[in-house]
Amino acid sequence: MIIDYPTLKLIWWLLVGVLLIGFAIMDGHDMGVGTLLPFVGKNDVERRVIINTVGPHWDGNQVWFVTGGGAIFAAWPLVYATAFSGFYWAMLAVLWALFFRPVGFDYRSKIDNPSWRSTWDWGLFVGGAVPPLIFGVAFGNLLQGVPFHFDNNLMSYYTGSFWGLLNPFALLCGVVSTAMITFHGAIYLMHRTEGDIYRRSRVAVMLFGALLLIGFSLAGVWLQWIPGYAISSVIDPAALPDPLAKQVVREAGAWMHNYQTQPATLAVPILAYLGIIAALLLAAKGRTLAAFVASSIGITGVIGTAGVSMFPFILPSSTAPNASLTVWDSVSSHLTLTIMFFATLIFMPIIIAYTSWAYKVMSGKVTAAYVRENSHSAY
Amino acid sequence: MISEQLVDLSRLQFAATAMYHFLFVPLTIGMTWILVIMESVYVMTGLPIYKDMTRFWGKLFGINFALGVTTGLTLEFQFGTNWAYYSHYVGDIFGAPLAIEGLMAFFLESTFIGLFFFGWNRLSRKQHLLVTLMMAVGTNLSALWILIANGWMQNPVGAAFSATTMRMEMVDFWAVVFNPDAQAKFVHTVSAGYVTGAMFVLSISAWYLLRGRDVAFAKRSFRIAAAFGLASALSVIVLGDESGYTIGEAQQTKMAAMEAMWETEPAPAGLKLIAGINEAEMKNDWEIEIPWVLGLIGTRSLDKQLPGIKEIIAHNRERVLSGIEAVKALDRVRSNPQDAAAKATLLEHQPDLGFGLLLRKYVTSMDEVTPELIDRAAADTIPRVTPLFWGFRLMVALGFAMAALFALALWYSIKGSFATKPWLLRWALWSLTMPWIACEMGWFVAEYGRQPWTIYGVLPTHLSVSTLSVESLYGSLAGFIGFYTLLLIVEMYLMVKFARQGPGSLGTGRYLNETAHA
Repeated sequence: MIIDYPTLKLIWWLLVGVLLIGFAIMDGHDMGVGTLLPFVGKNDVERRVIINTVGPHWDGNQVWFVTGGGAIFAAWPLVYATAFSGFYWAMLAVLWALFFRPVGFDYRSKIDNPSWRSTWDWGLFVGGAVPPLIFGVAFGNLLQGVPFHFDNNLMSYYTGSFWGLLNPFALLCGVVSTAMITFHGAIYLMHRTEGDIYRRSRVAVMLFGALLLIGFSLAGVWLQWIPGYAISSVIDPAALPDPLAKQVVREAGAWMHNYQTQPATLAVPILAYLGIIAALLLAAKGRTLAAFVASSIGITGVIGTAGVSMFPFILPSSTAPNASLTVWDSVSSHLTLTIMFFATLIFMPIIIAYTSWAYKVMSGKVTAAYVRENSHSAY
Repeated sequence: MISEQLVDLSRLQFAATAMYHFLFVPLTIGMTWILVIMESVYVMTGLPIYKDMTRFWGKLFGINFALGVTTGLTLEFQFGTNWAYYSHYVGDIFGAPLAIEGLMAFFLESTFIGLFFFGWNRLSRKQHLLVTLMMAVGTNLSALWILIANGWMQNPVGAAFSATTMRMEMVDFWAVVFNPDAQAKFVHTVSAGYVTGAMFVLSISAWYLLRGRDVAFAKRSFRIAAAFGLASALSVIVLGDESGYTIGEAQQTKMAAMEAMWETEPAPAGLKLIAGINEAEMKNDWEIEIPWVLGLIGTRSLDKQLPGIKEIIAHNRERVLSGIEAVKALDRVRSNPQDAAAKATLLEHQPDLGFGLLLRKYVTSMDEVTPELIDRAAADTIPRVTPLFWGFRLMVALGFAMAALFALALWYSIKGSFATKPWLLRWALWSLTMPWIACEMGWFVAEYGRQPWTIYGVLPTHLSVSTLSVESLYGSLAGFIGFYTLLLIVEMYLMVKFARQGPGSLGTGRYLNETAHA
């Protein structure tokens, strides 16, 4: 095969990262808009303006999530199986929250009744706020290790509970994630609106930007004390994936190892700070498009920081550390990784091209006049 | 040991959510092409009524599409949440088409659907038509990749088992893509979707005509639906026959169960129209048969035999015996990867490994297996006959009934007199639910008929589940039932409201009911 197995395993760690970051940037901004909807929009016309900033795009954006899930299934089947079944109720909560989005967007303005519309507005709030919160909490738990083990046939058993996921550090990560997505959505809203909505969105940018900076810093400090995981046996990156073949130790500060041994990786958390601060400054100056790019870079830094801290771990096990899932031993076969790599390489640029075209076609400020003129066809 | 209750609840949840999702999918698949046809006429003729048709039927399409997206998310989650061992065991093969579906098809469909609804004033006519076309192409490609994944469950080609990774691994991607089962399923399923779209437009247009309202709009819609519907209904029947043939090769079990064929009959076997099925005694108390037909469909020959259920069970009993050796050898290899003798035994019996795994439903160690259990495992390889036999017949009967309706509708469309034939219009109106029932039956026969396997001959359904508590399953099932009931009420309410309101809901000033706000 054209690319050797260890390299492909690494590439797939990066690609899953790219898909998750793509999801956070693209689906994230419309989730942020959903979260802000009931607060930034004070009357029906304002809310329709807000919804129509993402109206033509939310569906395409949501596919980042679907494809991210599909790519994890294809590239890391054991991670997909273990995480989705282990986090059963958290995953269902995300799923059920997401239910409100397609129907909320499409059905809300089809009936002219205030309580009908207000119900769907809160539905869009749930669909926008709950998934980032739970994903943040999930990452918070990954960083602490998750209670699961395998039997000899690699059937996974999860021994924790849903409530156990809601511990203080994980909740802090949930706050970071929600603040990040809302911040990003507020910047997008500034870019696409004017007047009162623009001004209120600017306040939201400052508020959630500050919350994000504080939360991200706190989580970083806290991480020094959280016991991390490290592989203590020799690893053969070219070996056939078998998650039961290694030794893992759990020790405080282990999540800092990568930054100590590879100082260049410190660029990732630095990127997070630079992106967020730049986005704040640019948004304050009203340079909204540049601010959106900057907050996208900030998101890349924040998610990248979680990934780099844990590398090569994906899903550490707190009850059976040796069974932790890593980029070396929970992946698909060489052939599948190769095929999926080329499929991504071919289609990702095409997707980015037509998505950009769609945004270009629909570009410009969404105004109250637009909503009134298109009352029969707009959301 | 995995409890049977957990397995049953997991199956129930998957079946309910998948079949619910499939209420919305066929209409989406079919409507996209009808929209392309209508808009093409608009671009070619410049007549605004065709734009109105595209937009109005597009509006109903959008209401349906929203629930299709919503309920599709469930399925992507559910392989991981509820079928974790399945996801691990076959994810190396099964995950790839799902991910490619996202990259190649779902992105395309979902990005362009936004422009379809919002791009009317921002795109030229031709650009907008291109958008609609891309949406249709995306939707149909989406069906292709999903059915490649599903086809692999029916006929798992291009893969091999690995004891080190304890899973199936892909060895030939193109064999998976060009799996004959997947290709037959794809063409049959999308054609069924086209029929659903055509029936939807035909029935609602007939309703307008019966009431004598929006006549010019309804007549044009009716004609397009009649022509598209007849072509689609005929291809469903022809291509359905094609999937009958491939089932005959790859899945004789499903064929025997679907046809209540207990004994191997001399070739060419007859096709039973109806029968009194007696599952307990494994025979039919009575049957009405057309000679030769089944043999022709199933084998494309006059002399090849199709095995009956009893012969299949006897054959599978041998495979269970061989499978036990495979499982025992696998257990030895798993505890000592250097055991060369065990590896050799495993290799020898590997094709029957899945049949050995059937016994995991009853025992944890293969040393506890008794002859009675072997008989049970062999008998388990046949799904229940009655629901398959009647489900299949209902689907086929509806298919022919719809083809007849479309033929008449097209005939009178060509003669130009359909709008004055109330009996035809009423028939069209009353047939509205038929394609949905037929599609659900088709899905049911395909999936239930594969039992007791998730991957035919490779992985038993019993072993595929996540190790969840039964309470979790009751909770999630209750949640799905609650959400889905509410969503269905809302969707039906909107669909009926806008269908009744008709093209006037566009607010163009050219139709009835223009005052109502939308």
